[in-house]
Amino acid sequence: MPSVETKQDVKYEAVIGLEVHAQLKTASKIFCGCSTKFGAGPNTQTCPICLGMPGVLPVLNRRVLEMAVKTGLALHCKISPYSRFARKNYFYPDLPKGYQISQYELPLCEKGYLEVAVNGQIKRIGIHRAHMEEDAGKNLHEGLEAASHVDLNRAGVPLLEIVSEPDIRSIDEAVAYLKTLRDILVYLDVCDGNMEEGSLRCEPNLSLRPVGREEFGTRVELKNINSFRFVQKSMEYEFRRQEKLLREGGRVAQETRLWNTEKEITVVMRSKEEAHDYRYFPEPDLVPLMIAEDLIEEVRKGLPELPDAKRERFAREYGIPVYDAEVLTISKDLAHYFEACVAVYAQPKTVSNWIMTELLRELNNRGQEIADCPIPPDRFAGLLKLIDDGTISGKIAKTVFEEMYRTGRSPDEIVNEKGLVQIRDTGAIEALIEDVLLAHPGERESYRQGKAQLLGFFIGQVMKRSQGKANPGKVNELLKKKLGEEKR
Amino acid sequence: MNPTPLTIHELHEQLKNHKTTSRELTRRVLDRIRSVEPKIHAYRTVTEESAMAQAEAADQWLQSPRPVHPLTGIPIALKDNLCTKGIRTTCSSKILENFIPPYDATVVQRLKESGAVIIGKTNMDEFAMGSSTENSAFGLTANPWDVNRIPGGSSGGSAAAVAADACIAALGSDTGGSIRQPAAMCGVVGLKPTYGRVSRYGLVAFASSLDQIGSITKDVTDCALMMDAIAGHDSYDSTSADIPTPDYARALNRNLNGLRIGIPREYFIDGTDPEVLHAVREAIHAMEKLGAKTREVRLTHTEYAVATYYILATAEAGSNLARYDGVKYGYRAKPTKDLLEMYMKTRQTGFGPEVKRRIMLGTYALSSGYYDAYYRKAQCVRTLIKGDFDEAFKQVDVIVTPTAPTAAFKIGEKTQDPLQMYLSDIFTISVNIAGIPALSMPCGFTKTGLPIGLQIMGRPFAEEAVLQAAYAYEQATEWHKRKPNI
Repeated sequence: MPSVETKQDVKYEAVIGLEVHAQLKTASKIFCGCSTKFGAGPNTQTCPICLGMPGVLPVLNRRVLEMAVKTGLALHCKISPYSRFARKNYFYPDLPKGYQISQYELPLCEKGYLEVAVNGQIKRIGIHRAHMEEDAGKNLHEGLEAASHVDLNRAGVPLLEIVSEPDIRSIDEAVAYLKTLRDILVYLDVCDGNMEEGSLRCEPNLSLRPVGREEFGTRVELKNINSFRFVQKSMEYEFRRQEKLLREGGRVAQETRLWNTEKEITVVMRSKEEAHDYRYFPEPDLVPLMIAEDLIEEVRKGLPELPDAKRERFAREYGIPVYDAEVLTISKDLAHYFEACVAVYAQPKTVSNWIMTELLRELNNRGQEIADCPIPPDRFAGLLKLIDDGTISGKIAKTVFEEMYRTGRSPDEIVNEKGLVQIRDTGAIEALIEDVLLAHPGERESYRQGKAQLLGFFIGQVMKRSQGKANPGKVNELLKKKLGEEKR
Repeated sequence: MNPTPLTIHELHEQLKNHKTTSRELTRRVLDRIRSVEPKIHAYRTVTEESAMAQAEAADQWLQSPRPVHPLTGIPIALKDNLCTKGIRTTCSSKILENFIPPYDATVVQRLKESGAVIIGKTNMDEFAMGSSTENSAFGLTANPWDVNRIPGGSSGGSAAAVAADACIAALGSDTGGSIRQPAAMCGVVGLKPTYGRVSRYGLVAFASSLDQIGSITKDVTDCALMMDAIAGHDSYDSTSADIPTPDYARALNRNLNGLRIGIPREYFIDGTDPEVLHAVREAIHAMEKLGAKTREVRLTHTEYAVATYYILATAEAGSNLARYDGVKYGYRAKPTKDLLEMYMKTRQTGFGPEVKRRIMLGTYALSSGYYDAYYRKAQCVRTLIKGDFDEAFKQVDVIVTPTAPTAAFKIGEKTQDPLQMYLSDIFTISVNIAGIPALSMPCGFTKTGLPIGLQIMGRPFAEEAVLQAAYAYEQATEWHKRKPNI
């Protein structure tokens, strides 16, 4: 009997595209000289131009163009030699001109890609386009009855909109794409990557199709997502919602849905029929952009080493595991810290171990970034040298490290002052052993009768008596010798 | 002697030689405004107080050893779509009735730097949309030559004020003929410079790719002097050209030897008033006598210019006027139940019928599904029209045509028929589409005593050649010396 496939059995696969808005880190706005600083009093960072007063005209901030080209190149995009701005027309109180200056036909960057690692596999995700545009202001409703106010500090802040191809096939891939993209933007120093403050915004679109089918399903766009966690959660919710709908024989409607942070669900914002007609047309107040090949080459030469290249180099050049290389290249600053340590103390694996365990733990506990670390790389490396040359034990080193972090002092100073120098002298250790054996005659007797596992107990006691300063190897060696003699 | 009928260059001599003062001159102009305003209503705002203060400052300057600019101490009127810091700028629209800009347009700043006295803001068609100044929300302006007739538009207030000696010179703006057509109808000189020659910063936008600021003056020399003051690159306007500006006034001379004048067949057509055609042909003849050579040129896409213009200009206007939404600038319809109703009622009641007509046209032309058929097609035709001029200017230095198909028409004559109104710009519109400079100057009068305008077009950034041709013709005629009896 042929098997009958019911809708209940169908396995669905997600087809995802991400639209990311990255706020470019310029000091001034995209079309005027106002500051882009976050958190100033309402409308204090405005002028007739970003207020959209009658008669004003935009003039492009060259830094925006440079940052956009830089990002485009890092995303392997084709930089269009001829590009132009367009007006996107819609009414909203936070949009002072009644249109947003953006790009539509002829965007600056097209046809790029990004490689992301998912479950140990490298996947290439296409970048459809990346274009420059201005941000809108913000409507304020809090504490106002029957009124809304508008803050236009954000109006005219430069954004780069980066649109992926619908190449993403799972939520894990989507999250990996977003993280990789953020790493690159932060590495390039074009965006601070802060989703909570809105300097990085993500609007996923997601559709489902039965595994194995070619055609795409109907897609839903998600908005109002302001953290990585919610990117993941909103897509997971949306996947389940669409899957249930399809399994029950329903249809997915083409619509835009809002993520509700409290209820952790998505709700309809507008249907396809209600979608705006933005009436895009070329912005007549700005001349078309002619990007000279020289400019592109100049920017290309100035590109920093990107996370994936750095990761590969770390593994190759320093002979550390890929996992270590990944952790160490999470941020440019951390990678730099690692390299500065290795420059002083050429034991990459030891440095990597200490950074990944002690240093990152301390930073995490304090909610700090590597930039806040009070231990300069040379002192951190100095500590590791003290272990290497036997001055202190690894265990003591952890105590010294904590002290260094707290006080910012040098390891030598701490070791000397607290008398933490390791005891390696045979006589001194033998004396300690003698004391311990005398103090534990019962265990001594048991050991003599063959209870060999008691060696560990004796080592522990000797270490304790030395306040951790005795060299553990030496203690081990001398204890074995002493007890062995007794056995005979 | 009453100084108000004099020109900038005549008054400059008097001021420089201390035969009069700017205060005296400004007082006389204010008196003149008081006497003619009840009949012509050219002004929206007269800035008596600040004008007198500026005149006093100009007089101090004139007393000092500092070099004096030709405009120092000269009372100049500004079209009410040029932003003036601290002075109401309404665009003759209810929606901007109480808008006081916090900044000066670049041209206003340049006039102030040259020591000019800003005497007031002139009436216009609402947002510069119109050809008769009848679309002002604050009452129409009458033609000083016949107060039952329109002064042309949209810079009708500026042209009427200059013709009536209610200022010495004025600035206007020209998107499809709005300087040249009223200049023609009021018997004065109006220049629309090349797109990009004069900064648009602070000109309240109607159609950004077509708008250009220019002067309206009593003669060609004054026109050149005004250009000397306002032309040149501005870092606040990305579309302003970074090309050096010549000394326009110094370049003027009476010689037309070797000048090649093109006569486009498409501008001498049926439907044009025979008196207009006759006067223009006479003017061409006079220029030939001065040494110019004429030949026919073809501008074959002229018939599509009006249609092209009304797609491009309205599309841009619809977008440019979106900012008047009731959120800012004071005018808001009340009460309304929600945001959408606030937008709709504000715009329904705040804009006049012609403005609303054009916003709707423009919105339609850009709508999804119609963009290719209208906006994109119009851009293609724009390229063809530009190409016509490029070809013609390979053979000639300037092109001479009538400015408008008729002299000033009667008030109310065309208000019920927008298409008839639009056709009054039929000879001026192509110039804006192509972005080239063109000047209108008087070249005769109808039997009923109404001025007729001659249009001289030039190559991009060749205002010098246009001014040169105009000056030589003007010096050989007396038309510019006639004054309306008002």
